[in-house]
Amino acid sequence: MSFATTTRRYFHAHVWARISALLSLPIAWLGVLYIGSLAALFITSIWRIDTFTSKVVREFTLSNFIDVLTDKAYFNVTVRTVGVAIAVTIICAVLAIPMAFFIARVAKPKSRPVLIALVITPLWASYLVKIYAWRTMMAPDSGFLNWLVEPLGLSSPGFGMLAVIIGLSYLWLPYMVLPIYAGMEKLPDSIIDASADLGAKPGRTFLKIILPITWPAIIAGSLFTFSLSLGDYITVQILGGTFQMLGNVVYQNFALNLPFAAAVALIPVIVMIVYLASVRKTGALDNL
Amino acid sequence: MKITRVRKSVIAIAAGALLLSGCSSSDSDSAGGAYAGPIQDTPGTINVLAWPGYAEDGSTDPNVDWVTPFEKETGCTVNVKTYGTSDEAVQLMQSGGYDVVSASGDASLRLIFGGDLQPVNLDLIPNYADVFDNLKDRPWNTVDGANYGVPHGRGANVLQYTIDKVKPAPTSWSVVWEPNSPLKGKITAYDSAIYIADAAVYLMSTKPELGITDPYALDQTQFDAAMALLKQQKPLVAEYWADYTKYVAAVQAGSIVAGTSWQVIANVLNGEKSTVGAVKPKEGATGWSDTWMISKNTESIDCAYKWLNWIISPATNAQAAEYFGEAPANSKACALTSSKTHCESYHAEETDYWSNVYYWKTPTEECLDGRTDVKCIPYAEWVKAWSSFRNS
Amino acid sequence: MNLSRTARIVLWGFMGFGLSFIYVPLMLVVINSFNKNKSFNWPPTGFTTMWWTKAATNPGVKDAILLSVLTATFATVIALILGSLAAAAIARYKFFGRDVISLIFVLPIALPGIVTGIALNNVFTNFFGGLTFFTIIIGHATFCVVVVFNNVAARYRRMGASFEEASMDLGANRITTFRLVTFPMIRNALVAGGLLSFGLSFDEIIVTTFTAGAGQTTLPIWIFQNLFRPNQAPIVNVVAAALIVVSIVPIYLSQRLTQERK
Repeated sequence: MSFATTTRRYFHAHVWARISALLSLPIAWLGVLYIGSLAALFITSIWRIDTFTSKVVREFTLSNFIDVLTDKAYFNVTVRTVGVAIAVTIICAVLAIPMAFFIARVAKPKSRPVLIALVITPLWASYLVKIYAWRTMMAPDSGFLNWLVEPLGLSSPGFGMLAVIIGLSYLWLPYMVLPIYAGMEKLPDSIIDASADLGAKPGRTFLKIILPITWPAIIAGSLFTFSLSLGDYITVQILGGTFQMLGNVVYQNFALNLPFAAAVALIPVIVMIVYLASVRKTGALDNL
Repeated sequence: MKITRVRKSVIAIAAGALLLSGCSSSDSDSAGGAYAGPIQDTPGTINVLAWPGYAEDGSTDPNVDWVTPFEKETGCTVNVKTYGTSDEAVQLMQSGGYDVVSASGDASLRLIFGGDLQPVNLDLIPNYADVFDNLKDRPWNTVDGANYGVPHGRGANVLQYTIDKVKPAPTSWSVVWEPNSPLKGKITAYDSAIYIADAAVYLMSTKPELGITDPYALDQTQFDAAMALLKQQKPLVAEYWADYTKYVAAVQAGSIVAGTSWQVIANVLNGEKSTVGAVKPKEGATGWSDTWMISKNTESIDCAYKWLNWIISPATNAQAAEYFGEAPANSKACALTSSKTHCESYHAEETDYWSNVYYWKTPTEECLDGRTDVKCIPYAEWVKAWSSFRNS
Repeated sequence: MNLSRTARIVLWGFMGFGLSFIYVPLMLVVINSFNKNKSFNWPPTGFTTMWWTKAATNPGVKDAILLSVLTATFATVIALILGSLAAAAIARYKFFGRDVISLIFVLPIALPGIVTGIALNNVFTNFFGGLTFFTIIIGHATFCVVVVFNNVAARYRRMGASFEEASMDLGANRITTFRLVTFPMIRNALVAGGLLSFGLSFDEIIVTTFTAGAGQTTLPIWIFQNLFRPNQAPIVNVVAAALIVVSIVPIYLSQRLTQERK
């Protein structure tokens, strides 16, 4: 028998051989390189730095964790960051659900790819440029927003937490629309018609039928908006004024106090893992 | 069988992680010997890490360029990267990839003791002979008799203000520190832990009972007072700046009208017409004296030395000092500046002006003002306090 | 589907607001690329096309675009290979630890970019000797794999295993089955995943900041360096406007490709 035939038969007979062959490369990459580097990073959180040269000294210490947990500032910044992430997720969801429904159900089938393309195209406009555009829009005296609302007697909110929330919602909206649209597309017409036939008004149909079915897709979208907001520091630097989030703390300390930055970086990681674990049951992970 | 395999891979991953973290990066050696020379004409590439305005290559303003002439004359290629704070400089130098750095006094010693630099053989730099004597062999760039670089120039962190919006022109730092400042909400401050020294400088005048003599030598009481002053200032601040281009844009857009700044920023803003003023207020100011230093692991040592010699040559030093707005290091540069009063305006040859300019240096536990009865706060604590303050 | 008039009005309203919300800032970017005034105060005082000509001749931009295209291409190729291998394993086989591995394949996108960035930076500077062109690609490929994986795994699931089983029942071996049956069916998912991966890598700034070496300037890094510079900021707007225009067609095509044929 030729070598080719033998190997083929071997792989055919042994499932684990096929699985290993398929998975070895990806696992080597993600498992060893990625997970390994994460582990290496978090191990530094139990070390400290030389106070003068700022180089890492490999001595065990829990001082980084004590600092993070006892200093009220870091508790505040965590609460604010999670709050911003939640606000962004809610705003994106409120906008994305009707939009996705519109594209999936109300728009003509021919115009669907066009509409989706319109929603996704901004992903290709540079992140930095979009945020900078918002910066010029929200500039306190000279921005576009100010010019727009001045006749109404209002003024631009300027740079701060609100600007950051608006900016982040703007950035991540397409990431929310896409999975929800995919979920809405799968909704069978029959269910909605049945609900109407049984006398439910559109609002009730929406709440009782559509929302629960597309819930996994909504959660999938929220994973993006939540995680992207949790770690963002660039938008905060550009739109935040003196406002800071967890990403900024990590960024500021990474340079010269990697152990401390690693300890702080654990916070968003833990938050995301808890969130991931709690949504696994909803099947959201299949909707990404 | 499958269970064992998955478990094995988990163990492998964990072991790999421990191994990765167990391997040590090279510890700081004591500095090796300096380059003996002589300088060859080997072409090479140097990555230069510089304060904005120090190594202009035409990308900010096509008419401002002293890098391209260097490249033409020596055949060396230069890539310039600018940074915003000394902390950034230290971190970038430590992560490697840069051959030459212009470091202020609060970065230079950290780099020297961290083993990131090599001593410089001043015999290979002919232009060094013309450097002002009071800038030679300074404690922030010379350790145990070994020189680690050549000085670039020195200056003060000025109080910059938009002329139309701040009347009368300020003479005191009070406009940025006092809670009843008319400029509330449009102030800026430097986004680095070293700014705590600026608070200390203000306290030297307003609270002499604290007894601060050196803003980098603060015991716990003095440090707490400085942090309290910073907290008081926070509501006045629109943004903290570390990127000078963002600062320029904010001033042009009007969201910032006053704050601590560098002369180069004022010069860029005044490019087309005079819009901002810059002064050293009566309380004095923090400042910096910068040194060009060479990385320990540079692969183009000849180009690195050539750069050092070039940047402090009278003509280039004059150009750089004039563009940035600082006092040059080379005494012969004063004759070559296009404005004949440049050295006079920047007090290059005086000593009085600098008596209340407190050059950036790294605070240590051993008090830098010589006190032995108290412990001073080391820079690592400054960074922690600053981080906590910025996030509160 | 029957919808009441109020429902229709509300939906049209949301769609209209949503699209304006998305496009007003982008329109501003395009307008500012013609703005005479470098500081972008509103309303603009005059218009000019000089920024477009400057952008076309700016060597920094061209080098940055080239570097970004190269890194995105390499990262996408790696992501396509690794992603489809993993998707095939996860979607077609049940084995112990499958859930854990699925979770690992979500992490690079689920965890904030800054965490990935500093973790990779730490490893690269301490064990790989420094940051280079290749470290950027490694960083990008790591999260691009996720996108490809998601697209291809979803396609595998929707496809069902019956086609492949039928093919093998008819005598084709696995490789032939893959070539003639599976691949044509997942091809669209590969294209969609590849396009998305390319786009993600092309625009990535956070992880790139931490994995790019001293002289490596990808387009986002170039933009970041020049965003606030008075003489360069308008060129940044030109680049952004050009990117928007150039990318509409591939996005539309990829959407057509992934549409369910009803």
